[in-house]
Amino acid sequence: MAWLPYDETIALLLSLKVAAAATLCALPPAVGCAWLLARRRFIGMPLLETALLLPLILPPVVTGYVLLQVFGHRGAIGRALDALHLAIAFRWTGAALAAGVMAFPLLVVALRAAFESVDRKLEQAAATLGANAWRIFFGITLPLSLRGLVAGIALAFARAFGEFGATITFVSSIPGETRTLPIALYELLETPGGESGALRLTWVAVIVALAATLGAALLRQRAREAEP
Amino acid sequence: MIDLDFALTRGEFSLQLVLRSEARTLALFGDSGCGKTSTLHAIAGLLKPARGRIALDEHALFDSHLRIDVPVAQRKLGVVFQDVRLFPHLSVRDNLCYGAPRPRDPSHFHDVVQLLGLGALLKRKPDQLSGGQARRVAIGRALLSEPLALLLDEPLSNLHCEARAEVLEHLRGLKRELALTTILVSHQADEVLSIADAVALMEDGRLRSILPVAQFGREQRFAMRAPAEAR
Repeated sequence: MAWLPYDETIALLLSLKVAAAATLCALPPAVGCAWLLARRRFIGMPLLETALLLPLILPPVVTGYVLLQVFGHRGAIGRALDALHLAIAFRWTGAALAAGVMAFPLLVVALRAAFESVDRKLEQAAATLGANAWRIFFGITLPLSLRGLVAGIALAFARAFGEFGATITFVSSIPGETRTLPIALYELLETPGGESGALRLTWVAVIVALAATLGAALLRQRAREAEP
Repeated sequence: MIDLDFALTRGEFSLQLVLRSEARTLALFGDSGCGKTSTLHAIAGLLKPARGRIALDEHALFDSHLRIDVPVAQRKLGVVFQDVRLFPHLSVRDNLCYGAPRPRDPSHFHDVVQLLGLGALLKRKPDQLSGGQARRVAIGRALLSEPLALLLDEPLSNLHCEARAEVLEHLRGLKRELALTTILVSHQADEVLSIADAVALMEDGRLRSILPVAQFGREQRFAMRAPAEAR
């Protein structure tokens, strides 16, 4: 990309990689939590709902600091990961973890709405035909909520792509490893004469965010039109 | 053999039913809100009685005393819902096969398709079906799940005259061809008279009486004549 200098291109590609990994890893637990909230009533449900939303409410720096305490080289899980040569602190995988944690609540909220839009009576009908919970989920609920699901994934990707506070707190800014696009942008703003670079990255960020949210909005609209 | 003795509460409505019948096809008959559909849903396992026993053909499906509550998916009952509930994203063929993706007897599929006249509809999606066709697909889907009994909830409701005749004809054919215990919910006498062997009259969540269908027919004719003669 001739119009984007090398280190900015690296930051963009890293951000795309981090956001994709974050969304992919957040997806299975988010699907599980969203399904629980949409389809089951249980004691402690308000507690789970609140806990899931925490990353959305807490200052991102706090989330980053907690991640550092737990997954850092001196953290409980971080030490175990170090021993297995799987350290994630100050690595791109750590940036993906931070972005995944921050995108997780958004993903759960979107998936829950998608699952709740599926008529429960169809799931009941499937049960009377002998289908177990897995078959009902993968054969009925998931295909019927697919558009909402993809829209949720697009939003979560956009959120992960823009992650800054928790990431810089947890994995700092290491060029080519953890210096994602928002962090590179911030550093350019701090550097004398970095305005033109900052402007370029701003455009890139706006385009990626717009593409993801516009895609999500189009899918939601098509899902609404498809409803009988 | 249909053996029901259970109590169920939903909000302010309470259903208390003691009903035994040897009829092959039993109709639950009564005004709307008398508990017919709730009874059907309790048999299917979609509503849980507070206490009691539900058994069909010697299979206990629910027994609060013995702590039996067979999960919905294991009750092996073919339920045809009043609102049809075909899976909108699946073709008619896939809807039909949903209950038995690997049938024990593949010729059964062709028999049911023929019996219900579904051959030309197999590739369609549910939104491309008329009301009567959708109802026939729902009946076929229930039959193909290899059920021990069939539960039909107002199978002719919301159908125009021609579609009613069409579905009714197929239901009669079904009764002739298959020896399957069937419970039919209805509030229309003609529907009951042409399919059922016995009729359970329900009122306010209770059973008023069980009549053989012939007697039910005589009472219906009498009830229709009586207001005219009173004038």
